Amino acid sequence: MSRYTSATETDRQEMLAAIGVESIDDLFADVPEGVRLGRPLDIAPGKPEQEVFARLRDLAAKNVSAEDEISFLGAGMYDHYVPALIDSILSRSEFLTPYTPYQPEISQGGLQVMFEYQTAISELTGLPVSNASVYEGPSAVAAAGWLAHTHTKKTKFLVSESLHPHSLETLATTSAGWGTTIEMLPVVNGLTQLDEVVGDDVAAIFVGQPNFHGAIEDIAALSQFKGSALLVVQADPLTLGVLRSPGEDGVDICVGEGQTLGNRLDFGGPSFGFFAASQALLRRMPGRIAGETTDVDGRRGFVLTLQTREQHIRREKATSNICTAQALNALAGVIYLSWLGREGLVELGELLVSRTHYARETLAAIDGVELWHDQPVVREFALKLSKNAHEVVEFCSARGVNPGFAFDDNGLLVAITEQRSKADIDRLAEVLKEALA
Amino acid sequence: MSITENQLHADPSIEAHELHPQRSAVIETEQQRDHAKTIYEKSKPGRRAFVAPELDVPKHELPAKFRRAEAPKLPEIAEPEIVRHYNRLSKRNFDLDSGFYPLGSCTMKHNPKLHERVAALPGHARLHPLTNPKRAQGALELMHSLQVALGEIAGLPHVSLQPSAGSHGELAGVLVTRAYHEDRGDFRTKILTPDTAHGTNPATVTMGGYEVVKVGTNADGGVDIEDLRAKADDQVACLMLTNPNTLGVFDANIEEIAKIVHGVGATLYYDGANLNAVMGKTRPGDMGFDIVHYNLHKTFTQPHGGGGPGAGPIAVSDRIEPYITKPQVVKLEDGTFDLDFDRPKSIGRLRGFQGNFGVFVRSYAYILSLGGDGLQEASELAVLNANYLLAKLRELGVTDLLPPAYDRLCMHEFVLSGAPMKRELGLKTLDLAKRLLDHNFHPPTVYFPLLVEEALLIEPTETETKETLDAFAEAMAEILREGAEDPEIARNAPYGTPVRRLDEAGAAKRPVIRQPL
Amino acid sequence: MADASYPDDLKYHTEHDWARIDGDTAVLGITWYAQDQLGEVVFFDPPEVGTSITAGSPYAEVESVKAVSDVIAPLSGEIVEVNDGLKDSPEQINEDSYGEGWLVKIKLSDASEADGLMDAESYRQSLS
Repeated sequence: MSRYTSATETDRQEMLAAIGVESIDDLFADVPEGVRLGRPLDIAPGKPEQEVFARLRDLAAKNVSAEDEISFLGAGMYDHYVPALIDSILSRSEFLTPYTPYQPEISQGGLQVMFEYQTAISELTGLPVSNASVYEGPSAVAAAGWLAHTHTKKTKFLVSESLHPHSLETLATTSAGWGTTIEMLPVVNGLTQLDEVVGDDVAAIFVGQPNFHGAIEDIAALSQFKGSALLVVQADPLTLGVLRSPGEDGVDICVGEGQTLGNRLDFGGPSFGFFAASQALLRRMPGRIAGETTDVDGRRGFVLTLQTREQHIRREKATSNICTAQALNALAGVIYLSWLGREGLVELGELLVSRTHYARETLAAIDGVELWHDQPVVREFALKLSKNAHEVVEFCSARGVNPGFAFDDNGLLVAITEQRSKADIDRLAEVLKEALA
Repeated sequence: MSITENQLHADPSIEAHELHPQRSAVIETEQQRDHAKTIYEKSKPGRRAFVAPELDVPKHELPAKFRRAEAPKLPEIAEPEIVRHYNRLSKRNFDLDSGFYPLGSCTMKHNPKLHERVAALPGHARLHPLTNPKRAQGALELMHSLQVALGEIAGLPHVSLQPSAGSHGELAGVLVTRAYHEDRGDFRTKILTPDTAHGTNPATVTMGGYEVVKVGTNADGGVDIEDLRAKADDQVACLMLTNPNTLGVFDANIEEIAKIVHGVGATLYYDGANLNAVMGKTRPGDMGFDIVHYNLHKTFTQPHGGGGPGAGPIAVSDRIEPYITKPQVVKLEDGTFDLDFDRPKSIGRLRGFQGNFGVFVRSYAYILSLGGDGLQEASELAVLNANYLLAKLRELGVTDLLPPAYDRLCMHEFVLSGAPMKRELGLKTLDLAKRLLDHNFHPPTVYFPLLVEEALLIEPTETETKETLDAFAEAMAEILREGAEDPEIARNAPYGTPVRRLDEAGAAKRPVIRQPL
Repeated sequence: MADASYPDDLKYHTEHDWARIDGDTAVLGITWYAQDQLGEVVFFDPPEVGTSITAGSPYAEVESVKAVSDVIAPLSGEIVEVNDGLKDSPEQINEDSYGEGWLVKIKLSDASEADGLMDAESYRQSLS
């Protein structure tokens, strides 16, 4: 008997008798003979908990994580400190184990969290409408593309060459059947180039903030040229304490990866994607949205609302096929933002700006290192190395310092978090100097 | 019958003050006064939980042009109150670890506690997704092992772990179908879905750029073969099917269905929402399916998290393999593992990085714990529990007013119709569901599948005891008995929950979806 | 919500829509039966003024909390006015389905189509 089931032999006999069949096999009578497996699954027999733990522990030990080296890897996910209260709250079964809040009377906790989360995302992005989260960053970009295409009924996407490559690839894959095309916007010295109003066949313009190479884009300037297209910005939410909000610069949709808000690296997921938009797009939003209301006794409460947008009601006419949020990860996000608080978000952003600037200046002073661009940066910057960047990464990693993400042949993207001190940065400079000598 | 004082006292789940606001003996606790206050309403300027690390480098400021003038209005609050706030909120949730959750189509089975521990090991939790594969061998080995096991369970050898949820897996399935056809110069326009399908199926078809064509259901709850034959033509790219379907019925004509679909050159897609019924008994690949998605959060115990995260890997047959997402985890000849980006016919990527790895850790641990034999037993007991619960509801006369939509053996779930109850007692399925809340059970899925009037879709799962199933059946019977005497009680239920029925129409008419600050 | 009623001065379409014809224009809405089936209406998504609608085809949507319903045009024509009041008070469709709950006004393109619609008596019978 498995340790996760409770049916004893007596139970089984009583239950079969109540059903009126002889054996469990009789319950599978509808499965035609021709498609029955007729043999045991070729998967090893079950193991005791201790052995499963040991196997997983051994696998984990084969990985070199941010625990084991000084890591400057970023490029979409970042090694920020996750405060202990997040572990504590997320491990509560009342948050960990329920399903989507279909019965609001017994789901007020989860629904209120969604409402608080939506408020926080709306504050960060400066846009009035946020859903309760989507899968993750790049697929949120693709979801913004679908919204823009169905809303504007136009077929061209303009994508900055400095948008995160995963976002570009995800948009391209997802839009294969839409009859849309993707055109690239060139990037010069780190910045997306757009100097005239886009054509009236354009559904959306996609830009990263900061972009993939770490540069801060001039969103207000870009938005002057959006014409009838929607301006979609993929932002790093943790930088929005110090950077102008997308909403105040004319952005229509702001999406992005939420991992930086209190979620672990987890080798890429699960995390959450955030999705915020202007009021005009409220009824085009994908995903779950929580709203405030009252109960029959006049008490304040929360429900899933505007559900007629969604697949379980509108089916083939739904605004998206998505049915879940990333509720638990979004909860980590809103706890993290409460933990940072209004001042802490700014202080953390300012710390990143200063350390990133220091790191960039220190590394750029090394022979064989040039800046990829000289635009202002917040938490990440790109360098051009005199040697193959992939080999440089190998060289440094062997010395306990992972210098960042190697791209193209000689590009290196270096990310800073509050966990990388001046001493760590100085150590990186030493190792990099050695690698390039 | 009306609710009396005695009953109120007998049932501690009913809060007396809600029915009798004038009763002065009831003390309103701090928690009740605090009712539904948001974290923003507990904020006070100057409070904080975060202390920034010391600035150990020269201060540098962004150019004024890019700097935000006013900080976002996040809460200002210290750690103790953050913890209390969210602990209080948690107590306003019903959860699987506290009670029976027979939500049809959602497979609310126990979430083993070991899984949280192994997912949190730093080697997993702090592993950056862009770590060189040479230094992420443990993670890649885990993913490869999971791929192999999932492939064996589905009877389809090639697994892509990337999709983030069931709906995302469906989209992957539709996109590989498109790539498969178009690679042969075959441009098709339609995808068939049964009228019993989950809403995600037609929604996915539209997002994949195809037209939805509905196929009818026969008297046994399976696909209407004649309707399928009439609609299957050379413009059909795919048939999306769930088997057992959303009515809890295994379609015994599956071989015939596969023949018809393959006969017109279309692919056959398996929505794995109901895979928990058939592990080790039959496999989608053996039934003739080309593409399957798994819901790791249903069948393979990833906790649902209040609505995510999940993961929706797909498995495909040899002819579809060239098109699945990249990168793929592969095992090299020297026994090491790598990420393969060199897949020229791949549809590309559907998200960042390699998928929801934390979910893979839990699902792999589950498969190790149960093994092949245990997985088969899990499905057998899931089906046993469902059939037993149905038998018990029959024995107690519940099915007189809530007859099964299809009166036969079921698989891991079954559908009742509340139509006679509505007619005879004036109680809707919604009322029954709300009254179940007062009995401390999570109600089954209601009003789905759409095909069944006043539907109630019940999936007990294998991890529930016979005693729990008996208690649930008794509660159902009790609600009907009570409803026969005084239907008003259920119509106004629930009573003992943190809030009672909520004004959903008001919320939709004038949406308040963020707090004004 | 008022009791069932089907005014005699209106024409009815089988898909539960009504038309109040006045010369070459008509005001359109949904019947008491339709709003009752739908439940409390929370949103009306109107077409734009100037668009053409075709008898028997959907021209707008009404939503309740958990349902969306196409509104079928009983007559063909061009939209000349939409009921802006429904933006703030969609419940008028329930409370006053033949008055304040009207949906659109159209300029008829083929007045003879009215002959194909039912009178109140036939519509009432079609419901039973």
